[in-house]
Amino acid sequence: MDATAGENASALLLSMTGIDKSYPGVQALSGANLSLRPGEVLGLLGENGAGKSTLMKVLGGAVLADGGSIEVDGAAMTFSSPAEASAAGIATIHQELSLVPTLSARENIFLSRRGWVRRGEEVEQTRKLLAMLGSDIDPETPCRDLSVAENQVVEIAGALREQARIVVMDEPTAALSVREVEQLFTVIRDLQRAGMGIIYISHRLEEIFQIADRVTVLRDGENVGDYRVSDITRTALIEAMVGRTLENEFPPRNTRIGDVRLKICNLNRGDAVQDVNFEVAAGEVLAVTGLVGSGRTEMARLIFGADMRDSGTIELDGKMLSHRSPRGAIENGICLLTEDRKAEGLVLGHSMRENFGLPNLSAWSRWGIIRRSAEKSALASHIAQLRLPAGGSERPARQLSGGNQQKLILAKWLERHCEVIIFDEPTRGIDVGARYQIYELMCALAKAGKVIIMISSELPEVLGIANRVLVMRGGGIVGTLADVENASEEEIMQLAFREETGAVAP
Amino acid sequence: MKQTLSRFAADYSMFFVLLLLCLFFSLMTIDAQHPSGSEAAEEVANEIIAQQGTKASVLIVAGKSREDIAFANALARRLEASGVTVLESTGSNPSQVRENLEALAVAEAPLSAIACTETISKWSVVSGAADKYPAFSRVAVIKPKSYLFPDFLKAGNLKNVAGQSAVFAIIAIGMTLVIITAGIDLSVGSLVALSAVSAALVIRDCFGGASAGPGGMLAGAAAAVALCGLVGLLSGVMVTAFGMPPFIVTLATMSIARGLAQILSRGQSIYQVPEDFSWLATGNSLGVPNEVVVMVVLYLIAHFVMTRTTFGRWVYAVGGNREAARLSGVPVFAVLLLVYVLSGALAGVGGVMEASRLGSGSPLYGNMYELYVITAVVVGGTSLAGGEGKIFGTLIGALTIAVIRNGMNLMNIESYTQGVVMGVLILAAVLIDAGKRKGYGRRVLGSLFAFGRVR
Repeated sequence: MDATAGENASALLLSMTGIDKSYPGVQALSGANLSLRPGEVLGLLGENGAGKSTLMKVLGGAVLADGGSIEVDGAAMTFSSPAEASAAGIATIHQELSLVPTLSARENIFLSRRGWVRRGEEVEQTRKLLAMLGSDIDPETPCRDLSVAENQVVEIAGALREQARIVVMDEPTAALSVREVEQLFTVIRDLQRAGMGIIYISHRLEEIFQIADRVTVLRDGENVGDYRVSDITRTALIEAMVGRTLENEFPPRNTRIGDVRLKICNLNRGDAVQDVNFEVAAGEVLAVTGLVGSGRTEMARLIFGADMRDSGTIELDGKMLSHRSPRGAIENGICLLTEDRKAEGLVLGHSMRENFGLPNLSAWSRWGIIRRSAEKSALASHIAQLRLPAGGSERPARQLSGGNQQKLILAKWLERHCEVIIFDEPTRGIDVGARYQIYELMCALAKAGKVIIMISSELPEVLGIANRVLVMRGGGIVGTLADVENASEEEIMQLAFREETGAVAP
Repeated sequence: MKQTLSRFAADYSMFFVLLLLCLFFSLMTIDAQHPSGSEAAEEVANEIIAQQGTKASVLIVAGKSREDIAFANALARRLEASGVTVLESTGSNPSQVRENLEALAVAEAPLSAIACTETISKWSVVSGAADKYPAFSRVAVIKPKSYLFPDFLKAGNLKNVAGQSAVFAIIAIGMTLVIITAGIDLSVGSLVALSAVSAALVIRDCFGGASAGPGGMLAGAAAAVALCGLVGLLSGVMVTAFGMPPFIVTLATMSIARGLAQILSRGQSIYQVPEDFSWLATGNSLGVPNEVVVMVVLYLIAHFVMTRTTFGRWVYAVGGNREAARLSGVPVFAVLLLVYVLSGALAGVGGVMEASRLGSGSPLYGNMYELYVITAVVVGGTSLAGGEGKIFGTLIGALTIAVIRNGMNLMNIESYTQGVVMGVLILAAVLIDAGKRKGYGRRVLGSLFAFGRVR
């Protein structure tokens, strides 16, 4: 079980043993262990709430553990502030980037430095650090003008400047395109070669298999396994995380496809979406994939009326739809589960009930006065059906896990009886257990005859649940895979990437 | 029940601060209270009859104030009805009382008691009468019994506090809505002036000024409120259609409204309004001033709208996350427009009240009101970040400010010091709010982990 057993403990770069941490009413960590050797990439896995973030917060000095010990290079440490952790050579690259957007790459990298600014020297050093990471970003570019991937590189450069030896990466690829992920992995391998230790947290198992040497799995604040990546299968890893055997990662596809319901013709908006045509039939799940920036999300926003289309028609069940706002789209039975749940999907500070009610108030009210009983009973039925936390209807949406947030958003649209449901990255940041449930819901909705469009970058899920796959690139559709059962990830990647190696489009 | 109580405590923590403040000012303003008027007469009459029976012969001494005259008249009537002899009632000044007493002494009148008010009993001519005139050596001085009671809690003072807060509190309803949408409305103070001036102007120029009837006054008030609503609409259009920051937009409309008020009134106060115009603010119905009635009614309506209607939900949603609200089908622009119109119109109502209180319309009214009103909203627990806030919280905020001002006046604290105290109050309110949020943060984390466990 324990792959580290028997090896020389003094060779460890980091060792956390018996870490306990409790919050009022909750034992977040109980006796959690973690070890890391120089030049090793350790995957840290677990469902949401398993204690990964708490463990990393203890390591980063953001949270003080109740018990246990931390040793860096064999020397016992306690970190009571992030500054102390960073002085000990620990750097954390957060899921949400922590750079100041208005400051330049150089200014961010040297933000923690005291004393006078020596600009020339700093520019020089920044260039050097960035070059080590294989990047040619101009040190004076404000970070808000850099892409997410470039921002990450800047953060890593900052960690290098502070001579970090342990780098924690929390879901670093959540907002990266496939190509950028490859670049990040190259950087990680460089860091590895330089003898640094990397703790890599991700929900995307294929990445773990690609980059990690070893994985530590947490569940309910305890270690449930420590494996060499070469010794374990994907299924076994998932089962360790969820603590039960999983029959399938994806529910069975619906095979009874009905008539065409939604027809999109010549949809256009500037350069973002160009001449998009497709149809979706009752009973099928249509997946739309492509690189970040290929126009997938933009296309969905046009159908939903969130942005104005320059031209094109949307036809549902033979009826032309002419909505020009999300409000109009909703009235026409179209809804969109946005990619960014926190910024666009939910009012985080408001309760589950209030979020649930937002698009549905008119159904429960007369003269603008809400009938509370109708609202409550509708919510109660969805809570039961979607297995949302019972009794939590007055709790702020912020307190829900990613999976439950997604289910809450789905609940509000189901109550609205939408006919066209567009999911944009429906499982991003959602743990394995909740994922299956969302897939199941999608398939059930398809079976019930709804029009289901799923936008996703995760090829396993695209191939796992879709009946048909559209691949987009540069705002247009570049390929359709009808025979998904026999399609491969490579096939999709080729379509998505094809022209990028040739001349760059203007 | 316990849950309801604890939720109330969390939502309206300022309510307890308000109670504490009331308690504090009550304790600080405890003072001897001297009954006056006919109630006091009743008490004194009973006392005389109890001590001396109906054969007494009483000299009533009272001043010239309305209360004193009521006291003297009521006492004389009461005593005569019981068969007591009432000698001449005198008052006004000590020398007159002395003349009276001397005349009685010379006439060897059978005087047995002098009935007077608290103040007069302290005059040496009264208190020393027994020593000075041997004939009156057994004369008792009888006055109403005084008792200890806080000045602050006297009914008159409490009405005063409510009245003082009414104008602010009414404007603060609109401000609460605007702040819940994560905006701000700086124009309300100027709108008070614009409203007061235009109401007075309509009454003067269209309905004959001081001789205007109720219809004319109503028309003036309606025109004023509508005009202010229109200015609010202007702010709303700028904020929504042109995406300008509310702070800048309302800074501009603040200037525009004040300027319009100056132009309309040519910089002068307009006094040509009927006497009855003051009924709206200072008249009494149901035992409380009308302005308080208007305030309470508006608050009840606003609370209902914000908690039970679609529009209320939308206002919160737009402030909590505008983009999420839009993508959930909330008509964001319409909601924002209506919120700014309401804020303007309510400032208009406040301006009409102010004109009614002061019996004129002046372009100088409402100076700095926007700051008092924002203070009331913030003290009431509405978050400047938007998405959160309670209508009754704002009422408590407005009352808190009125209580502090009133209490400090009763304690004779000078106005400069009051400014400092107000500032400290704002900081304290925001601190309390931040503290609550922090505790909140910890709870959030705790329950997140609880979720993992449940699953």
